[in-house]
Formats: sequence, structure tokens, C-alpha cells
Amino acid sequence: MLASLVRFLGDFDRAEDAAQEAFAIAARRWPESGVPTNPGAWLVTTARNRAIDRIRRERTLAEKIHLLLPEPDAVMEEPDDTVIKDERLELIFTCCHPALALEGQVALTLRALGGLETAEIARAFLVSEETMKRRLSRAKNKIKATGIPFAVPAAHRLPDRLDAVLAVIYLIYNEGYRGRVDLGAEAIHLGRMLAALMPGEPEAHGLLALMTIHHARRRARFSGEDLVLLDDQDRSLWDMGQIEEGRAALDRALALGGRGSYVVQAAIASLQTRERVDWPQVAELYGRLAELTGSPVVELNRAVALAQAGDPGGALRAVDRLDLDGYLYFHSTRAELLRRLGRDDAARAAYGRALELATTTPERRFLTRRIEEL
Amino acid sequence: MRYALLIYNEPGQVEALSDADREEAYAEYQVLADDARCVGATQLHPAETATSVRVVGGRTLVTDGPFADTKEVLGGICMIEAADLDEALEIAARVPAARVGGVVEVRPVVQR
Repeated sequence: MLASLVRFLGDFDRAEDAAQEAFAIAARRWPESGVPTNPGAWLVTTARNRAIDRIRRERTLAEKIHLLLPEPDAVMEEPDDTVIKDERLELIFTCCHPALALEGQVALTLRALGGLETAEIARAFLVSEETMKRRLSRAKNKIKATGIPFAVPAAHRLPDRLDAVLAVIYLIYNEGYRGRVDLGAEAIHLGRMLAALMPGEPEAHGLLALMTIHHARRRARFSGEDLVLLDDQDRSLWDMGQIEEGRAALDRALALGGRGSYVVQAAIASLQTRERVDWPQVAELYGRLAELTGSPVVELNRAVALAQAGDPGGALRAVDRLDLDGYLYFHSTRAELLRRLGRDDAARAAYGRALELATTTPERRFLTRRIEEL
Repeated sequence: MRYALLIYNEPGQVEALSDADREEAYAEYQVLADDARCVGATQLHPAETATSVRVVGGRTLVTDGPFADTKEVLGGICMIEAADLDEALEIAARVPAARVGGVVEVRPVVQR
């Protein structure tokens, strides 16, 4: 509904006001007159009419004081009350336009597509409501002032722009993964929407698969305040239905020929939820992901998979080639490998370095426990 | 919509190009200037030629050099007419300075 109003009015703020007004009228009228046969169309039409009234009133006022307001062309169109075009895809691409600051893209996507209140988004990102309000209005103003189009990008621009959309959704998901489950579910909802709107894009299905499979394990990741590693997780806490849903999305991505980074990550996540994990294959997929991303963190994960596949010595050599000194998991991984190789003193030193870098309580507790166990 | 492309580069960047590359860059600037969407293109003399003026308490203060002492300096301005920001960004990406270490800032122009 918001998407079609934004398109019609060319303005986020007007669209939001109009939608709110329409809902208020519905709340008053529907209990008496009954719910209309097509409530969605009724709401959009009502919102459009209200917005047009408001624009006309403003314009009359403007004429009176001899001020020229730019004329919204859309007003000339007659509202069509039978068909509402689904314009959520246009809205996603507008919200995730790379000309907007990333934090603005994220906030706007949650506001306009997720329907979250400004206060909720502020809470999720640990900023004040005022700050979030400013962030949203900065993004909305930039869209208006710079002429960011309300459109699905042309084919030659699509790959880059789709990457930006996927990155925003994944970022929202990762915010949720750090303990804020509501954002995780919201990201999956957005991922489902995107995959449904762009059924031919393998990476959209890949991202959905990745998030869904990870999300399925969220209850097993913590035991009280403590972080639980994959190996030690209580599998009865995994949501198997969700894992199946994720695997189905992964199958769709693979059937479309998807070999991109989200598809590969989803394939890894899927393998890791099998009864017996095929670690050599996981290591191979991490190798492919490292080629795609050039990320030393991915190399680190490949080394972990190598160790799981039975080669901790080779894994340690791979880890020692990486330049990741400021990264907690570099040191905790090294420590783990050294422990498995029986080099307890070196392991203790590496755990100690990881502990220095730990910022959250569960991480600190986990590392302290590991040192005590040595 | 009308946009200004503010073209920044490091002094000497163009001179550092090989003759062939420089010729190619000039040819591309010419193509851009001839594009129907380009409504005006201006190349500026180097930043050493800049003089900054400000008026404080009725007195005019004149200093040598550009306003901001940055590595990249404004080297030229191109005004374009584009349907939306995406089209403007595409034109901006064709400015040779953008791919030889410079940067093109795209700003919508206020129209009254």
C-alpha cells in the first residue's frame, strides 16, 4: 500500500501521512458500514483522495500567498480503485539506493517495507528516536532533492543495484543475529518478499536460504548467557521446518545456476546442519567463497573446516598466513587449533589475546571457560 | 532534472598520463561536451591560479589559493540535464577524471 502511494505521490512523507489517515477513516467507518469487498483497494483509494485534497488545499493556500509550489504531476491521474499494482520492488530499490548513506538505507527499508515504527528501529540500532527520525528524514529528503528514481533499475544497472539491496537485507539480518531476534525475522520477511518479487534471481533465493538456515539455529546458539559452538549445539532446539524451508530456497537458487556468494554461504550453512557434516566439501566451498570475496575472514573459516576435516596442522599453517591481528576470531581459532595440537601454552596465549579483543559478555565468558579448561 | 558534475582531481594527474591516454581522455571530454544532455561544460585553470575572497566587517580580505586546502581540487564543472539521479550518475561515471584517481561530485541544481 505504501509503495503504491509513494509512486503516486512521489513523496515518502505524504504517502505515510495519507496511509495513516486512510487507516484512521477505516477504523471509524468499517465497524458501522462493514468492511469493503476489496479493503486494500479501498485503503489506497481513500489515502490517494485524502492526499490529493491536502495537496489542493496547500496549493490554494500557496496561490493566495503568491508562492509557486512545484506541481505534482501525479495529481492529474484519476485514481483507479480496482487494480493496485504491486510496487514494493520499486520501493526496495529506492530505499536501497547506493546514493543514500547505508544506515539511511537500512532505516528506510525497515520503515517503508518492514512497516516498523521509527521508535522500534531506533531501539534495534541503539540510538535515540530523535537520531533515527533525523536519519530517516535525511534519506527521504535526499531521495526527493536528488531525483532518486522510484523504479526497478534497467538491466545494465541491475546487478550492482541488486547487490546493494541484498547487502541491506543481510545487514539487517546480522543486526538481529547478535541477539535481537525480531530484526532477524524482519530480514527474513524482506528476503522472502524479494525472492518472490524477483523469482529469477538466484542470489535473492540464496540470501533467503542463508538467513533462514541460520535463523533456524538461533535458539541453540546460546545457553543462558553462554555462546554455544555449532558442534555442541543441542539439535533438538533447531527449527527443522525452517531448515527445510532454507534448503528449498537453496535448491531454487542452484537450479537457477546460482554460484554467487550468498548461494555458496547458504550451501555451507546447509551442509553444516546435516547429521554428519561433510567438512572437506565445506572447506572447498569456503575456498570458492574466498575466491569470490577475497576476504581473509573467509580464509579463516576455510581453515576451521580443514581442521574439522582432520587436518589441524594444515589449518594452523593456513591461519598463520593471515593478517588478522585485530580480529577476535583469528585468535580464538588459532587458540583452538593449538589446543588440538597439544600446544597448551601457545593456546593459552592466543585465548588471552582473543579475550583482550572480546566486547560482549557471552564472548568473554566463553573464552574464560576455554582457558580454565586447558 | 538539472545536475552539476563537479570534477575534482589531483594536480598533475592528467599530465602523468601517457600521451595516448591523455589524448583519449581529451577526446572523451569532447564527446561529453557534445552530448545533448550536457548544457554547459567549463574547465578551470589550475588551483595555483585561485584567489579567495571574503568580506569581514565590511573589509574585503583576499588570500592566495583555493578555499579548501585539499589534495583533490575542483578542476571543472559540467551542467547536465538528466531524467533522474541514475542517469546523472551514469554520465558522471563517463567523466575521465573519475577513473584516473579523481572524483566527480553530483549535485542537483536548484531551479526556480
